[in-house]
Amino acid sequence: MSDSSEVKPPALDLEASATAASPSAPAVELRRTRVTASERALAHLPGWLRSWEALLLVLLLLSLVLGSTLSPYFLSASNFSLLISDMMEKALMALTMTLIVIAGEIDLSVASVLGLASVVLGYTWSHGLALGLAIALVLLLGAFCGLVNGLAVTRLSLPSLVVTLGTLALFRGLAYVVMGDQAVSNFPPAFTNFGFGTVPGTLIPWPFVLFIVLALLFSLLLHRSTLGRQIYAIGSNKEAARFAGIRVDNIKLLLFVLSGLMAALAGVVFTARFSNARADNALGFELDVVTIVLLGGVNIFGGSGSLPGVVLSLLIIGVLRNALSLADISGDIQNIAVGALLILSVLGPNVVRRLQEAASRRHAAEAGPGRLARSARSVPAEVGASARERETSH
Amino acid sequence: MEIAAPQAAVPVIELVGVSKSFGAIQALKEVDLSLYAGEVHALVGENGAGKSTLVKILAGVHRPDRGLLKINGEAVELRSPAQAQAAGIAVIHQEPTLFPDLDVAENVFMGHQPRDRLGRIDWRRMYREVDQLLQSLGVELNVYLPVRGLSVADRQLVEIARALSQDARVLIMDEPTASLSPREVDDLFGIVEQLRARQVAILFVSHRLEEVFRLASRVTVLRDGQRVITAPAQVLTPEETIRHMVGRELAALFPKEEAAIGDVVLEVRHLTRAGVFRDVSFQLRRGEILGLAGLVGAGRTEVARVLFGIDQAESGEILIDGRVVAIRSPRDAMRYGIAYVPEDRHQQGLILDFSIAKNITLSILQRIARFSLVRSRQELKIAADYAERLRVRGGRLTQPVRALSGGNQQKVVLGKWLATEPRILILDEPTRGIDIGAKAEVHRIISELAARGLAILLISSELPEILAMSDRVLVMHEGRVSGLFSRAEADQEKVMLAATGQNSRESR
Amino acid sequence: MSTTTTRVEETRWRTRLGGKRFVALVSRVRELGLIVVLLLIIALVSLQTPRFLTPGNFEQILLSIAILAIVAVGETMVILTRNVDLSVGSMVGMTAFVCADVLKNHPQTPVMLIIVLGCALGAMLGAVNGLIVALGRVPAIVATLGTLYLYRGLDSYIAGGTQVSAYDVPDSFLALATTHVLGIPALILFAAAIALIFAYLLRTTRAGRELYALGSNPDAARLAGLHRERLILLTFLLSGLLSGFAGVLWGARFATVDSGAATGLELQVVAAVVVGGVNIFGGSGTILGAMLGAIVLGTIDNALTLLKLSQFWLQAIDGAAILAAVTLDALITRWLQRRLVSGRQR
Repeated sequence: MSDSSEVKPPALDLEASATAASPSAPAVELRRTRVTASERALAHLPGWLRSWEALLLVLLLLSLVLGSTLSPYFLSASNFSLLISDMMEKALMALTMTLIVIAGEIDLSVASVLGLASVVLGYTWSHGLALGLAIALVLLLGAFCGLVNGLAVTRLSLPSLVVTLGTLALFRGLAYVVMGDQAVSNFPPAFTNFGFGTVPGTLIPWPFVLFIVLALLFSLLLHRSTLGRQIYAIGSNKEAARFAGIRVDNIKLLLFVLSGLMAALAGVVFTARFSNARADNALGFELDVVTIVLLGGVNIFGGSGSLPGVVLSLLIIGVLRNALSLADISGDIQNIAVGALLILSVLGPNVVRRLQEAASRRHAAEAGPGRLARSARSVPAEVGASARERETSH
Repeated sequence: MEIAAPQAAVPVIELVGVSKSFGAIQALKEVDLSLYAGEVHALVGENGAGKSTLVKILAGVHRPDRGLLKINGEAVELRSPAQAQAAGIAVIHQEPTLFPDLDVAENVFMGHQPRDRLGRIDWRRMYREVDQLLQSLGVELNVYLPVRGLSVADRQLVEIARALSQDARVLIMDEPTASLSPREVDDLFGIVEQLRARQVAILFVSHRLEEVFRLASRVTVLRDGQRVITAPAQVLTPEETIRHMVGRELAALFPKEEAAIGDVVLEVRHLTRAGVFRDVSFQLRRGEILGLAGLVGAGRTEVARVLFGIDQAESGEILIDGRVVAIRSPRDAMRYGIAYVPEDRHQQGLILDFSIAKNITLSILQRIARFSLVRSRQELKIAADYAERLRVRGGRLTQPVRALSGGNQQKVVLGKWLATEPRILILDEPTRGIDIGAKAEVHRIISELAARGLAILLISSELPEILAMSDRVLVMHEGRVSGLFSRAEADQEKVMLAATGQNSRESR
Repeated sequence: MSTTTTRVEETRWRTRLGGKRFVALVSRVRELGLIVVLLLIIALVSLQTPRFLTPGNFEQILLSIAILAIVAVGETMVILTRNVDLSVGSMVGMTAFVCADVLKNHPQTPVMLIIVLGCALGAMLGAVNGLIVALGRVPAIVATLGTLYLYRGLDSYIAGGTQVSAYDVPDSFLALATTHVLGIPALILFAAAIALIFAYLLRTTRAGRELYALGSNPDAARLAGLHRERLILLTFLLSGLLSGFAGVLWGARFATVDSGAATGLELQVVAAVVVGGVNIFGGSGTILGAMLGAIVLGTIDNALTLLKLSQFWLQAIDGAAILAAVTLDALITRWLQRRLVSGRQR
């Protein structure tokens, strides 16, 4: 299993380039402990398939092939530019969602924060506030929304699933309260150009540049920084993290604030791209964001997952949706593919693992007790499963 | 060395030549055990001797690698807890597993509720039967109470009632008295006597010899996964039993090296946390190992948690180097040079999915980082250093600690805390559940640390360990300090008396 | 023997301290609290407008929540086992469209057969959820989030952009929603009957109690020999079946159905259940509570309309209600724990 490190996808491998300078052992080390449950399950497959990211890369290639067969326009530069700007907001929110899910929590309110931010931006701007100030205000508001979620989770010890389900309705509702079914759309071109514009001389949309910078920053944060290490520790075992002197509640609070901030930023980008501030902007996006994160190999119970995986899964969903749109398949029907991917991304590894366990039980039974004593894997797997069940049962 | 029991010709349940391994550790080796109707059979042994593995095999949780399980003389295979129950085997756990949201009666009858002719649950009959069942045991527990909020003793009663409601013929009690007060223990024993009279076969698992000899008709001693002896309780003495359990002289076990004892580093004055412990005071010096003995539930771990800032005390003072300090979080404690190796290795001590290196450096992240970014080379260097000093074996530094044996895992926890370069080390059951060889190594490490000037507070439920390792022994009983002995004064009997709160009264 | 008698005396004393009545009372705290909240709302709104406290308006409130209540019955059972079903809105939407579409193409189909069809389709969708969760060991929130998408997508695929309107379906179908029995709308009677039947079953069958046990402590449930897979499959199947039935009624009530029917219903359903005091982590709560939760939310909705307050406040209030409910739950549980423990200390 240790050689799974060698099969990382070369593209988008943010972390490998960061560790390229260090000797091979540490690189292996970093890779090794980020092995997800799904990867563990895949350990018995042929080498090249062993990492989840490799599987995602295959999926991405398949969806690219699908796209090019569905439409002749798919492989054009302008289409890629469109494809990328179309998933901007989800991408921004997926970055923080990754951190939150790895820390063992979830934030379902992101799309509502986006909507609220968009509406408040439109409202304050149309009421005469300078655009720069309005944007700053909206970002602050996003952080405040995150603070509300975070305080409810850390100070009241409420489950984040329920808290953010509540604020999902609350923040969206407040967006309606601010603007009703009205819309603000007369934003200045300078603002909306950021949304539609490209880096001069290229077809790269500006928001994509923003995303790349943020993705690199978040990869560094999650995979290389002390904070990232602490996030994994919290998600793997909250109590042990606390006993190790990690300020669990503070970090969770920080993550929720960050999530609110990013959602508000996504709201600014959304408003600019569509030059439109409405209360129902990005309705239901939280589902896409969660799907992207889970398909990216992040464990819903926390403790494992990687940003490169999430970026790959983001591209897969973006390419799929774009390709299906080009083939005139409506958004709702595209959801069949997205929903199926979400389920399969968790179901697949589970089924593989159960088959393997059954096989190893048979193997152990045939080989007798002496053999069992040496097959150390069977015991840890069992311990791990029960630990996970404990986690979920709280 | 089996001496036949007089009760009946065929045992209700019997293990023949049972072996069981987990990974590299052989938990049970060729163990025989028989249980007859109407007998209380005690199973004793040190921690890690294989008692709980044996219990889990009888309870259908584990299946033996080799050997037979016979019920009424017939070989059977128990594939699940449900099958064990169907076969009439019930287990009373140290911490009962019940449904906290449901009431007492529902807990007793879950899965086999009485039903009327239409197949509906007959609630009235259910409450009545549970009430009668409890009354027949001489207890009057409110059957309408939700189990959430019941004491451990009461929850055990619910489990016993549950076993009886299923006509259990074999009752396994796994360290049932561990978290009970002496009064509750008396009550429980009254009930065990009744069950014996009802011809239930009882396996009583304990390491409290006083209780064993009060209750059991036969005793089986396990050591290192093997049966040492099975004999009627009358022919054994507690001293003999201890010798069988330990298998060697105490002195040879784990001697503490002589160390120069220095100034007082940590002092605790009248520390109190309501309902948990009260008025605890002691001093701890450089180079000293202060043993903290007592029964489970006496408040030792709770004191340690307060010292480490996990919980807060309500009154009293903690002094470090003579200055009163406020410890509000583990971070505060670490700043004052305190390290705490917790009782529950898997839940509190380690991140099992993390590698050895990542676990060791978890508490010193800022030291291996530059601009908040972890320097892998630095990390591996420090981890390698501690892994080598503590002789962690069984894996590369990059391997998840999950795959290590208990002893090596414990060394990783020790390494994590030594890496913080503490001055005060609190060890809570540092050798629980690790094999004999690793145990000796951990003892050697502790001893060396004291010699190098660390002040060590050693919490242990194993008396031999406390006696061999400690310079002084502090004993707690029901949340209070009930004795303090020097190394010379301390012996098994004195400490045990203090731990059971009998040193102040006339012994019975 | 003397110790045993002391114990008896002692427990007798304790029994008096925390008798059956006290326990029954605290377990009803949430339901009582909801009734108090309901009465407060009624009192406040009645002072503002005379149109609120009328039989007609009362019927209006119940009508507005009847379909939601049927779905909430199934959701309650799922949540009791420590799971959640987020796909209910999609299941309602799909059955509503499929049933209406069948009637459009075959107007002669007996209404009874349509009901059976809707229930069967719902049960099938629910069974798929159940299989993924129970056998595939996929966390319920992930599995049903996926099928929320999947079922809605299939619905769109089947609909292909078309819609069924009131003219397309026979009146006998629409009558399902408009008939009155003994002066009470059939819709309300359906919901009440379903709530009562399942409340009764939860109380009187072993399976019903086992749902509570499974949610309260899965480990203990395994030790007690309960069949986790079977129970989870059962609850998801029932949730689907009830959603299917609700879908049929949805088609009859709104008459005009497209592939977007009942979008977002899952949020309202979960809100009603959680506000009704069903613990989101399983093990406790009642169908009666969930119904009260639905009534409270429906009444707030109705009051906003009557007071001519902006409808736009509605969703914000739903969200705030969820937050208030779980905060209250947490505080009550803490208090209860303390009360029970201190009541038992000597």
